Amino acid sequence: MSENNQVETPEVKKQSLKKHMGLKTKRAISNTVIHIVLVIMSVIWLIPFVCIVLQSFRVESTWQVGYVVPHQWGFDNYINLAQTDFWHWYLNTFIIAIVSAVLQTVIVLCMSYTLSRFRFKGRKGLMRFMLIIGMFPGMITMIILYKVLKDIGLTHENAVPGLILVYVASSGMGYYVSKGFFDTIPKSLDEAARVDGATRLQILFKIILPLAKPIIIYTVLTAFMAPWADFVFARYVSMNTPAGMNVAVGLYRWLNQDQISYKYTMFCAGGVLVAIPVTILFMLLQKYYVSGVTGGAVKG
Amino acid sequence: MTKYSDLEYLKLSKIHKILYKIACFFIGIPAWFVNLGKTIGKKFKNFGIKVKDNFVDIYKTFKEGDYKTRVSFVIMGFGSFARKQYLRGAIFLLFEIIFIVYMSLWGGYWISMLPSLGKQGPETNVYDPVYDAYVTIYHDDSFKILLYGILSLFFIVAFIYTWRINVKQNRISQEILATGKPLKSSKDDLHSLIDDQFHKTLLALPMTGIMVFTVMPIVFMILVAFTNYDGSHDGYFNNLFTWVGLDNFNKLLNISSGSGAMAATFGEVLAWTLIWAFFATFTNYFLGMFVAMMINKKGIRFKKVWRTALIMTIAIPQFISLLYVSKMFSNEGIINGLLVDLGWISKPLPFWTDPTWARAMVIIINIWIGIPYLMLIATGILMNIPQDLYESARIDGANAFQQYTKITLPYMLFVTGPYLLTSFISNMNNFNVIYLLNAGGPTNTSGTTAGGTVGHTDLLITWLFKITTGAEAQYNMAAVIAIMVFAVVSVISLIVYGLLPSTRNEEDFQ
Repeated sequence: MSENNQVETPEVKKQSLKKHMGLKTKRAISNTVIHIVLVIMSVIWLIPFVCIVLQSFRVESTWQVGYVVPHQWGFDNYINLAQTDFWHWYLNTFIIAIVSAVLQTVIVLCMSYTLSRFRFKGRKGLMRFMLIIGMFPGMITMIILYKVLKDIGLTHENAVPGLILVYVASSGMGYYVSKGFFDTIPKSLDEAARVDGATRLQILFKIILPLAKPIIIYTVLTAFMAPWADFVFARYVSMNTPAGMNVAVGLYRWLNQDQISYKYTMFCAGGVLVAIPVTILFMLLQKYYVSGVTGGAVKG
Repeated sequence: MTKYSDLEYLKLSKIHKILYKIACFFIGIPAWFVNLGKTIGKKFKNFGIKVKDNFVDIYKTFKEGDYKTRVSFVIMGFGSFARKQYLRGAIFLLFEIIFIVYMSLWGGYWISMLPSLGKQGPETNVYDPVYDAYVTIYHDDSFKILLYGILSLFFIVAFIYTWRINVKQNRISQEILATGKPLKSSKDDLHSLIDDQFHKTLLALPMTGIMVFTVMPIVFMILVAFTNYDGSHDGYFNNLFTWVGLDNFNKLLNISSGSGAMAATFGEVLAWTLIWAFFATFTNYFLGMFVAMMINKKGIRFKKVWRTALIMTIAIPQFISLLYVSKMFSNEGIINGLLVDLGWISKPLPFWTDPTWARAMVIIINIWIGIPYLMLIATGILMNIPQDLYESARIDGANAFQQYTKITLPYMLFVTGPYLLTSFISNMNNFNVIYLLNAGGPTNTSGTTAGGTVGHTDLLITWLFKITTGAEAQYNMAAVIAIMVFAVVSVISLIVYGLLPSTRNEEDFQ
């Protein structure tokens, strides 16, 4: 520090002290401002969720009102959910989420591990091909996938297996984050095992997979969360049949002009019930999500 | 424009340097296209050479082959059987049998119908003696013809490829036997699938899925862009659809053609899509980075609390948060309700009914959605910046703003360059935010065309969705728009990739 080198005559000491104080107060002021900003931000970010929870307990009116705290509290909205298809949709979504989380993880791991560790003919070409294919808006494939699924009878009330099939089958395209992770595992590990006579299958199960726990959890987590939010394709496949809907499609219907006036608070209650398990899981596995997202952004 | 040498360039002022770089970029465009043309030309030439080599090789194999090899040209796998590689032989033979059976029973029909996409449409008012009534009889199905026609063509390509492998295998086996070495047994073949050829085992399932559920539909939709497949030509129930060449592209891009012209609407929607993608990407990027820096700053307490508050919003499924927020700002919503109750406004603010308000709102709410992600990403990267850079900058007297523009920002931009590109593209296709907030509304009355209604906040992707689900579904136009999206995205990617500083090498870490 430059200050230490100076001869400490009383004046200099006083001056440096003053300067020091100045800096300190300046920092204190800026820190206070930042704290205030952060408090305001947290409020803005959380207030919709506070509102949604409060409104789900509101009894006196099922429609939107100009105040936040309910006048009359109760579980009516939650109880009324039982008389609708809500729990059916909930079960549908849960099944889709569980099954596709497992299968998608297997597919994504196969894909990313292969593209990261093996050097085979056509590998670069394959990756470039997938990059180009990925530039087409995926939405356009809906029309045909719907027709194909309809032909094999996996739409309308049988939408659940249909959706799982489509989610899982196209999940190989999303190998980037996971490949980026495998790229960081040193190749010398593989080579050492090869020298010791291990087959590639053994290397995968005995060496790579134990190291890949963070990325496996990340993949499972994202695959599990996606079906809860998928709206477009799920709506297309279920085609207005309540039995085949997931929560997103079902709850969206409650906000249509003809239903919103008596289902608005029930939508809030349903939303809370959907958000609770997903949020708990997410918060528990947050660490892995953060490392996956950051790694994905850095490695492109 | 004169070209500067390196020394002259360094002497230029900052503004001139930037102008010079921009000028260089635009001057470089023709050369870039010439280069692209050359590369493509080279690719074609290489491809031609490869095809020729293959034919020469096949000819040689036949000429120099023994009877086992020669019979394999007709009966696939014969050579493998004769050389005791039963597994390979069985697979080749089975594949050939399946191919022949499929082609003669179904494939031939589908392919023969492909040029016309169906010859006989539904017949109405046909007398049915069994029910004693007039009924409609359905004949060809254009959709199925196109779909299975493509699949059959895929199958033929696969067959030719397999046949080529079969021929090559015979040649290799013959050469190995000639040197006196033994061939691989079926057991060795199986074992190699978990060892040397393990990548094939691993890729088989994912690639099948991608081929059937991603590639095939895309090929199908590209072809649909050249047909008149829409609500009134659904190919089975009312009318067949057929090839119309470039008519659909003409309809979308031709400004002069009167009724049904979509050029003006298309231009508007494309412009808004680009504006939206720009704002959505960069507002999130800079604000997210800013928030991360605030939380990371020395002396800020409860860092974990702030982070958790933001991360919570990622966890909650978007459809809930987006739908709820959208209703909060609706005319009857809680925000307007509160403001009216407080007496600040006399009538509700037109958050979703006024075009300018709606556009501003989707961008603002997207900030609300996006900042937590960017905060996460930026936090990770900011922590990686070597702290001594800041230390020395501080000693040299740089203030916080200078530190930001000279150290933090260049580092962030360098590391997240590819991410910015991908997030720009995914914002262009950001269906959820636009559709769940306001379904693309409010309706653009001047933009109504044959393609159904279009709203002021509609992106190409939501417009495409509306076109395919509206009362008069226009699948052909949707396909054309999808191709346009692809064109825009690929052009942007090509340009940006050219401008990015060194794209990182995947071998860097291994």
